[in-house]
Amino acid sequence: MREEINESAAQAKAAPNPRIVKIKNFWKKLTSSKSAVIGGILIILFVLIAFIGPYFTPYSPFDTDTSNRLVGPSMEHWFGTDNYGRDIFSRIIHGMSITLYVGFFSVFIGMTVGVLFGIVSGYYGGKVDTVIMRFMDILLAFPGILLALAIVAVLGSSLENVIIAVGIFSVPVFARIVRGSTLAVKKLEYIDAVKALGATDGRIIFKHILPNVASPIIVQATLSIATSILSASGLSFIGMGAQPPIPEWGAMLSDGRNYMYDATHIATIPGLAIVVVVLAFNLFGDGLRDALDPKMKN
Amino acid sequence: MVKATDILDEQPILEVKDLQTSFFTEKFEVKAVDGVNFAVPKGKTLGIVGESGSGKSITSLSVLRLIQDPGKIKGGEILFKGENLLDKSEAQMRKIRGNEISMIFQEPMTSLNPVYTVGQQISEAYMIHQNMSKKEAMLRSTEMLELVGIPSPKQRVKQYPHELSGGMRQRVMIAMALACDPELLIADEPTTALDVTIQAQILELMKDLQDRLGMSIIMITHDLGVVAETCDYVAVMYMGKVVEYASVTDLFKNPKHPYTVGLLNSLPRHDVDLGDVELNVIKGSVPSPDNIPTGCRFAPRCPFASDICHEKLPHLEQSEEGNQIRCWIYTDEWDGDPEVNVNDQRST
Repeated sequence: MREEINESAAQAKAAPNPRIVKIKNFWKKLTSSKSAVIGGILIILFVLIAFIGPYFTPYSPFDTDTSNRLVGPSMEHWFGTDNYGRDIFSRIIHGMSITLYVGFFSVFIGMTVGVLFGIVSGYYGGKVDTVIMRFMDILLAFPGILLALAIVAVLGSSLENVIIAVGIFSVPVFARIVRGSTLAVKKLEYIDAVKALGATDGRIIFKHILPNVASPIIVQATLSIATSILSASGLSFIGMGAQPPIPEWGAMLSDGRNYMYDATHIATIPGLAIVVVVLAFNLFGDGLRDALDPKMKN
Repeated sequence: MVKATDILDEQPILEVKDLQTSFFTEKFEVKAVDGVNFAVPKGKTLGIVGESGSGKSITSLSVLRLIQDPGKIKGGEILFKGENLLDKSEAQMRKIRGNEISMIFQEPMTSLNPVYTVGQQISEAYMIHQNMSKKEAMLRSTEMLELVGIPSPKQRVKQYPHELSGGMRQRVMIAMALACDPELLIADEPTTALDVTIQAQILELMKDLQDRLGMSIIMITHDLGVVAETCDYVAVMYMGKVVEYASVTDLFKNPKHPYTVGLLNSLPRHDVDLGDVELNVIKGSVPSPDNIPTGCRFAPRCPFASDICHEKLPHLEQSEEGNQIRCWIYTDEWDGDPEVNVNDQRST
């Protein structure tokens, strides 16, 4: 009997660190998906642009030049100029940080609140669950953009309020996902075991349940960034978000709409920028889901 | 010979009196534990035996007050060191759990959190109850791993549960449960999920630790072999009630309740050659909880059952030999064959 144990101990020492193996497996799966790699690279690129891009733009995003209004793409102005003669390329680069800022922060708000609601709802069950989830159902019953509009209408139109509004409407999505995973995890025996050890509810929820429901949260967060960017741009487009002259892409698109026939590029370029960013997050999110979902082994 | 009556002379660490735990569905109430009485003497092991659904696990969870919705402890008393646990607040209970009363579970494969190392999980007990620093707790965890017989504990303490075998994990569970030196350990089928050689190792370990640390154990099992090996006293449960309570020697030598006899008969023997005889079974199956017999719960399956058994529920009564038995045969009201001897039915 002793021998047997010692033998397995020797084997355990020889085996590579499982955490590294796990990360390697995850990495392998993630990189085997072309779309995830493209999405990931694009996201890294966007983040770099957002941070260092503004220092390298040829023009200020706010400088108007009335002699060069509505000029099409050229060597001087890569993406052309808008109706005030502002350089669109510089504005797009400066807008990148705004777009990512809106995406990340609104998801951060939605995720924090949603995860908290979901985990509490799933863990306690009963009346708490009913109250929270019915409230989430009410939020879900509104079309997202309408709800955000209503919130912005109450809070006043500014970029910060758009972030809050978009954050609020992603709350129920997180709450539902986390509640479902929590229901599954809380039935596992190790939760009973820590309860029998005298752990408080807070400890059980944050230390034992949260890490075990993390992967669906991460996937949802990535996908939510895409939708949040889209919704925020939508709100800015209808004038409820970023106020001029802030180079927000939705607002730029809205500005360009009046010149669709004379200078198509003013509206198309911010539109394309939004598409590319949203697409990158969606591609990456899908790849992440495939890599994190243990059921999808290929 | 130790008799069950002697139990009362020893100071029991835990005394359960008329415990009732029910689960409520929309339509009816399932009485999972229905008036259970037993006592666990200090430093001794009490076995609780019964089929699936007899309420043995629910009894143990009730002791720690870990019954979850829609379950509820309806009544009775759980006296731990003379204090009723049912009167304690949730915060007081948390101080008792893991500190004074610990529990180990059936499935070592799922009883450990996959995202933490075993060291971190054992440390948790110290951090909850003794406010130890992480470093100190980890040091103590390593010592605990050594105590439960895990080789090279310094390496093991940094490993994750999935790197350990089932037997190893059960050792880790035991280390976790015993970290704060509890006075009572509840083991809910600790060996069911393990293979036979590992079972023997774990049982040996538990016995050894009991001798060293002096704790009392409640061993919940459906394996009479485990009972014979580890327990001092046994409570046999059937459908939420204790039907027989005796010292382990009494129970195996001289079982009184027809259900106990049935259980013993269904046990294969390797020391006696019974020839080509088929193993006995208890006929029928446990009635569904929404259709509980009005009389003795075991009457529909009992080979001795007479009229009174089907009509009235017997009480748990002290027999002359000191056992406690819930059976009409041993009372004055018995209306069946007066010469009946349950032990005649014993085939093994």
